Amino acid sequence: MAFISIENVEFSYDEVEEGKPVRNAVDGVTLGIERGEFVAVIGHNGCGKSTLAKHLNAMLLPDSGKVYVDGDDTADESKAFKIRETVGLVLQNPDNQLVASIVEEDVAFGPENLGVDPAEIRVRVDEALKAVGMYEYRTHAPHKLSGGQKQRVAIAGILAIQPDCIVLDEPTAMLDPNGRREVLSTLIKLNRERKMTVVLITHYMDEAVLADRVVVMDSGKILTQGTPDEVFSQVELLKIHRLDVPQSAELANRLIGCGVDIDRIPLTEEDCVKMLGEVLE
Amino acid sequence: MVRDVSFGQYFPGNSLIHRLDPRAKLLIFIAFIVIIFCTFNYAALGVTAAFTALFLILSRIPIKFYFKSLKVIIFIVLFTSVINLFYGVGDPIWQWWVFKITWDGIHRAVMVTIRIICLILSSSCLTFTTSPTELTDAIERLMSPLRAIRFPVHEIAMMMSLALRFVPTLMEETDKIMQAQKARGADMESGNVIKRARALVPVLVPLFVSAFRRAYEIATAMECRCYRGGSGRTRMKTIHMGRRDVLAFIAIALVIGGVIVCNIFLGKTV
Repeated sequence: MAFISIENVEFSYDEVEEGKPVRNAVDGVTLGIERGEFVAVIGHNGCGKSTLAKHLNAMLLPDSGKVYVDGDDTADESKAFKIRETVGLVLQNPDNQLVASIVEEDVAFGPENLGVDPAEIRVRVDEALKAVGMYEYRTHAPHKLSGGQKQRVAIAGILAIQPDCIVLDEPTAMLDPNGRREVLSTLIKLNRERKMTVVLITHYMDEAVLADRVVVMDSGKILTQGTPDEVFSQVELLKIHRLDVPQSAELANRLIGCGVDIDRIPLTEEDCVKMLGEVLE
Repeated sequence: MVRDVSFGQYFPGNSLIHRLDPRAKLLIFIAFIVIIFCTFNYAALGVTAAFTALFLILSRIPIKFYFKSLKVIIFIVLFTSVINLFYGVGDPIWQWWVFKITWDGIHRAVMVTIRIICLILSSSCLTFTTSPTELTDAIERLMSPLRAIRFPVHEIAMMMSLALRFVPTLMEETDKIMQAQKARGADMESGNVIKRARALVPVLVPLFVSAFRRAYEIATAMECRCYRGGSGRTRMKTIHMGRRDVLAFIAIALVIGGVIVCNIFLGKTV
């Protein structure tokens, strides 16, 4: 079984909005996530990706189907905290995740809840803050930090729990481009250097390009998945479901439409420049 | 309007006062404000003022921050001293209609001014040198005997620290909402008091709605970080009473003793 195994999960919020019948927010999703993987889940608002994220650490339990984290069923209430120690969830709004008035005390919140020894907490907090590059800010007040810095502190708060996997629910949605870059480079570093499993929920396609695997969701179902190359070459499919593709892929696709011969869809600006160079030659 | 409030802020540091046990600091602070208001003559008041000055120096926090915290309450000080000025008894030195100024009134005004200034400076000294977490931690520990009668000590301490954490955030949000309403033509600066109070309704309603939404999200985030109440929780910063705390208690005992001696032997000024 995969490290995190989602098996045919269905979930609906039991509220009827605007007289519409209840609809499943997550509608039969099956997905396996391996240790050390960097998975991006994309889809536009309301496609069920955030709901899915909350299933990964037992914040929500499936109506039907099962979620296993490292072999433990999330529906088993006695395992809930063990699961939350294994899978850490970072939410969208950095302001609403920081609970203490001093950065280092906030990062200590998680291990304190776990009853870790004070000396050990100190070590974990310093290490987590260094990992996200916020060590110099350890005695600052959270409300004086920028959005990107706050979100990195929130990530440190999860790292201090020492989970095997970190799930981020649109961590960059409320950040400016600088903040987004800070958060993303932190995630890549964690994944590459510490072999941390990262699940990034996002609606920015250029963030998804950084992942090992991209899962595309639409109306609670998985539309398609694969490496970024595989997914973003299916431009037509993504367009039908009103999803963007990275600009470079879009450009390549239009060139193909005009009869230009391109063998591989470029996903980053660098690749795109290289491709255009080749085409022009 | 929000940014230059230094009262209640915390400045990290490593001074003697910073390193005192927060429980000791809190108890000493309470004893000190009681004693400030039990001074009956200038000598006794001088003792407390001297110790207030000593606290400020030992805290090693730039004096300008203390002045800033005084600036906020300057009107309260002026108001109370003016009121006290006219409340004296005895022979008037100056009189107009029902207003009269006596020596007694002048003494009262001077003493109340010094008392309030000492009160604000010493409470600033407490909040400047103690992080909110330490402070709530101290309250939690000091109130822990109440757990025996099922008083939710941990929950209250947690609520206090969360409230302190979100004061600046909510202030920023109030600013933002006010600007948004002004941009839509809301008039908050003209009219009488009632009119202005009514103009605040369109600010308070969205503020409350968002505060509740925020609270819900914070609860989720806390659960994600394995929060499950006070039992089995440890703290990163453990607090111990040490030698310096004993010294601090001796110092405050000296203040109390000094004030009592001055009160008894030098008689009442007011």
